[in-house]
Amino acid sequence: MKLANALFILPLAFLAAFYFYPLAAILRISFAGESARGVWELFTDAYYARVLGWTIFQAALSTLLTLVAAFPAAYILARYDFRGAALLRALTTIPFLMPTIVVATAFSALLGPRGSVNLALMQCFQLEKPPLAILNTLWAILLAHTFYNFTIVMRIVGGFWANLDPQFENAARVLGASRARAFWHVTLPLLAPAIVAAALLVFIFDFTSFGVVLILGGPRLATLEVEIYRQTVNLFNLPTAAALSLLQLVCTFALMFAYTRLQARLAQPLRLRPQAVVRRHLQSAGERIGVGGYLVAMLFFLMTPLVSIVVASFAEGLGYYAELFVNRRGSITFVPPIDAVRHSLLFAGATVLLATALGLIAAYSLHANDRQPSSADRRHSFLRRFPSVIHVLDAVYMLPLGTSAVTLGFGFILALGDLRASVALVPIAHTLVAFPFVVRSVLPILRSIQPHLRQAAQALGASPARVWREIDLPIIARAVLVGAVFAFTVSMGEFGATALVARPEMPTIPVAIYRFLGQPGAINFGQALALATILMLVSAAAIVAMERWRVGDAEF
Amino acid sequence: MSKSNLFLLALLVLVFVLAGCAAATPTPAPTATPITAPTAGPRPTVPPPGELVLMSHDSFAASESVIKEFETVNNVKLKILKSGDAGTALNKAILAKGNPLADVFFGVDNTFLSRALQADLFEAYKPASASQIPAAFALDPDFRLTPVDYGDVCLNYDRAYFQKKGIEPPQTLDDLTKPAYKGLVVVENPATSSPGLAFLLATIGHFGKDKYLDFWKALRANDLLVTEGWEDAYYAKSSWGGKGGDRPIVVSYATSPAAEVFFSEGKLTEPPTGNVLGDGACFRQIEFVGVLKGAKNAAAAKKFVEFMLSTKFQEDVPTQMFVFPVMPSTKLPDFFKFAETPKKPAVVSAADIDAHRDAWIKAWTETVLR
Repeated sequence: MKLANALFILPLAFLAAFYFYPLAAILRISFAGESARGVWELFTDAYYARVLGWTIFQAALSTLLTLVAAFPAAYILARYDFRGAALLRALTTIPFLMPTIVVATAFSALLGPRGSVNLALMQCFQLEKPPLAILNTLWAILLAHTFYNFTIVMRIVGGFWANLDPQFENAARVLGASRARAFWHVTLPLLAPAIVAAALLVFIFDFTSFGVVLILGGPRLATLEVEIYRQTVNLFNLPTAAALSLLQLVCTFALMFAYTRLQARLAQPLRLRPQAVVRRHLQSAGERIGVGGYLVAMLFFLMTPLVSIVVASFAEGLGYYAELFVNRRGSITFVPPIDAVRHSLLFAGATVLLATALGLIAAYSLHANDRQPSSADRRHSFLRRFPSVIHVLDAVYMLPLGTSAVTLGFGFILALGDLRASVALVPIAHTLVAFPFVVRSVLPILRSIQPHLRQAAQALGASPARVWREIDLPIIARAVLVGAVFAFTVSMGEFGATALVARPEMPTIPVAIYRFLGQPGAINFGQALALATILMLVSAAAIVAMERWRVGDAEF
Repeated sequence: MSKSNLFLLALLVLVFVLAGCAAATPTPAPTATPITAPTAGPRPTVPPPGELVLMSHDSFAASESVIKEFETVNNVKLKILKSGDAGTALNKAILAKGNPLADVFFGVDNTFLSRALQADLFEAYKPASASQIPAAFALDPDFRLTPVDYGDVCLNYDRAYFQKKGIEPPQTLDDLTKPAYKGLVVVENPATSSPGLAFLLATIGHFGKDKYLDFWKALRANDLLVTEGWEDAYYAKSSWGGKGGDRPIVVSYATSPAAEVFFSEGKLTEPPTGNVLGDGACFRQIEFVGVLKGAKNAAAAKKFVEFMLSTKFQEDVPTQMFVFPVMPSTKLPDFFKFAETPKKPAVVSAADIDAHRDAWIKAWTETVLR
């Protein structure tokens, strides 16, 4: 099994080169000549304690809200078969990749003091002043975080649920349990690994949230990430920034470590079933009304801001779209929309391949530990001799998600030599954020595969390759796809990775959007909205296409 | 996992990685030209073009034709590295010191001037036309940094709003704290936004280091709204930019009203907004260019500095970046007649800014946000 170890090294090598090395470089520079006391003073500063407390508070609340809101969606898409399900899934992903500032203008157009909701309410009730004032409050942050991360819960929990055998629940029901009891005591515990995985990802995103908090929450509500940006860019106070980055990292790591311990306890081999068996059509009228009602509410919540962007982009008919193709000022920074789409898809494609491959390997390397080891394996696999290494490793794989983009970006400048200004850095930076999604999405389902399935196949004479193809692949295919879609989404939306690199001229759609929004004038605003609409369209089409992709004859 | 399986996987990964790298290398993008070594080449008559790397912030822009001319005349290919906002770009350049990412850096403004000079990033180079630059702009007597353009950060107001309400638009900073303007003003957070910081500096220059916080206290009491950045203030909170906002007074640039006309597709003949131009109500940002120490192509970098002061480039500046060229003789485009300039912008020295930036922003945060 030397090859296995060699392979398992790949994700680590990737992280070492593009994460730990740059991070170490920036931390070293930051703390050079800095007394430990100075850093300690920072941690005892009441202001930063307040910032940390607030960051955790808003993230926890946002996560809880997202879980509650998206849980029914996970159930519906896992258990029911109806037309348009794939499109629905693709649509709910779109918020995740929208540039924050575009969403902020949409929220303002809807909920601002002169937004349509307030105007309508004022007209209805003959009010003098706009009744809704949620922008720049905690509510706006919660609303926006739920809007953005809805898809994480829906996909990760739903993906797991889709392969969960309904027999368990049915058995409980037959034995006399009420629906609620069967759910609480059977389904929920079985789903726990996926729920915790999704919650963790959502929490980390909310914990390190930058744009959403800054723009929708207003500057009064600063998080750690905001404070790191301020210290790094504005004050160039690297020691403080690095100390805060470390604090953020320690929090992420602690959380992850606790999670991996919990996860190992929660996960149990299950009889997973193909979706075709699990899914059913809507039957009773009550079912139809319940499911239909929820879906309408969900679409209303997720789509209204997006639709308002699309509608506004057509304010001049096709005028804004036509203008996209004209380089009126003969500017060297003009980006033909086709190029922006091409660059975006190119980076996203590369990210999907890189993140899926690395994520899959990482998930297998983590899973290798908790499988029943045969004595031969035990002798050879170095990872297996140190079980605790795996727990640490699992946590380590998630660290890039919890790292400040500015800090890491500066690390790149210090550490990466000629690669610093290379365009290859873009998919690499995206992969750092995307590949934890693949790991989190694949690992729960990998752990649920009954070991005796593999053993039976082996006993029946299947080659290891065949065992993987016939047993593992059909079961994990869906989860891999979920991870791949996330990787695509992360890359299309960019997630501040732009700040990571000094990029040459290969602007993506979000970059072009920001360029338009950087200048005043109705046409600039209109073109930004038109490009945002194109971003939605291209992404939705690509996601639907990915979802149609099937592995062999496996119907998952 | 078995050997053959893993082998398969390894192969797959290798393919993926290769595919990823291949996809990521710049394909026929027009800007990407091969870097040719000066020694190689069977055509000795025309030396192959060298490469000049320009590092700048995200707002850098120029006309294609203008850049082309520079490239042809100097037989050099210009590569532009956009590196984030002005602060981020400069900090990256500082971190890359000794092994610079680029040859020439454009976009250090007077709020970052001292940091850039202290970091000893730039090589002194006095361009031939330096004597024509007005002394007010040439803040570095050694010309490690050469001024290229300037623009004033001012408050824009919504003309239609004040006409409809029958109120006079504000004239001075003091006006903003009057009851008539309660709940009308948006400013950007100086901790995260460059116009936000410029406006804070205007109030420091105007009221003085001891008094400016009193002004902010009064402004806060008058229902001030603070946003994270310019985009949000202008497009989501202003009463004219996007939709849904209701604030008719926003910190922006003195040229924004002109840009509104320019970007209206001929729909507007008059700007929808005006500027508050009272004494000390605006802060002047001056942008500089410099040759980076350790530049691979220092000769071309120096030529680029010269070029940025040439008539060709200076005339290009207003339409591309909506700022004023530093060369006084430059002909301005027609729509710039709407771009007003304050008679007396507030003044704070670069050294003062650098020394007190942290303290001022902290004090402001405590006063306005806590």
